[in-house]
Amino acid sequence: MRLVLPLVLVLSFPVWGQDSKNQIQKYRDMVAEGSPAELFEIEGEALWKKPQGPNNVSLEKCDLGLGAGVLKGAYAHLPRYFADADRVMDLETRLAHCMVTLQGRTFKEATARVFGTADRPSEMESLSAYVASLSRGMPMAPGTSHPKEKEAYELGRALYVHRAGPWDFACTSCHGAEGKRIRLQELPVLTKVESARAVAATWPAYRVSTSQFVTLQWRMNDCYRQMRMPEPAFGSDATVALIHFIVVNGKGEPYRGPGNKR
Amino acid sequence: MAGPMKMRATWANGFTDVRVLMTHPMETGQRKDPDGNLVPMHFIQTITVQLNGKTVVDCQVSQGVSRNPVFSFRIKGGARGDKITVAWQDNKGDSNSLDAAVA
Repeated sequence: MRLVLPLVLVLSFPVWGQDSKNQIQKYRDMVAEGSPAELFEIEGEALWKKPQGPNNVSLEKCDLGLGAGVLKGAYAHLPRYFADADRVMDLETRLAHCMVTLQGRTFKEATARVFGTADRPSEMESLSAYVASLSRGMPMAPGTSHPKEKEAYELGRALYVHRAGPWDFACTSCHGAEGKRIRLQELPVLTKVESARAVAATWPAYRVSTSQFVTLQWRMNDCYRQMRMPEPAFGSDATVALIHFIVVNGKGEPYRGPGNKR
Repeated sequence: MAGPMKMRATWANGFTDVRVLMTHPMETGQRKDPDGNLVPMHFIQTITVQLNGKTVVDCQVSQGVSRNPVFSFRIKGGARGDKITVAWQDNKGDSNSLDAAVA
């Protein structure tokens, strides 16, 4: 019998350098071989088919952009403009939209608990894992042609460099120069194609250090928390625009998530 | 009710490789909740692997294993199409099992 205990590897790094990077890559490869993200996919599939809300219907008729109920490749085409809502939506915003329109839930109730804990993952996290997993191998192709999609991209680009809050931080304060990191976590420059590609292809993801499944909406929310800014609203134009900006920068990369984060 | 499990079993060159994922909190009993109370121990205690109904791995597990663990086993023999069953039981009497055909 062989137990896989990859955490030990991480704790044994004395110095930061090329060797550490290789070791971290090795650890990531090991985790990826049996990623707990798959457990969230199974959970998400059950939730997708589970009738809920006042209308007691499942999300199976939810239109994620490729037609009602079409999941294959849907995530690879998000975020995109949706005519029925007249705005650009990312995966989670669209899922919340379906919970409201199909299941008859209120937006407030559907998004009351979007970020879960290790002990109690949220519905949104499991659903994101399931939907994203069905785009594996497909090149990321978010919407870029509609005027509102262009508008979202421009807004995302503006927000990326917009300094505000008590610390006068912008995304670029951490994600603006090569080679920066927080502890052992490298910070990608998301205006650079290669870095953005790696991000677009691997989110949402299982986060090993907290045993949680995390989504891009969570990442935006938590980055704003780390910048000491007011909490952005879930599914707001600002968070969707930032996600759109990042994914468009990384478009073309075949999706290989749900990935693993440190 | 225990959360989902996922398993892959593949055969190559006379060996069957089993890789199985389990949903489990794996609480050590050392951790404290935000109120300062110890979170009670809750961990997988035994795992058994059966090949066509015959037990081939029978192991005892302690708390020193991560949440949502992945285990892999290499079993000598087996053949494509054989039935692999992995079952676990934890210290609170909860259990789960999963079957898969060797590919």
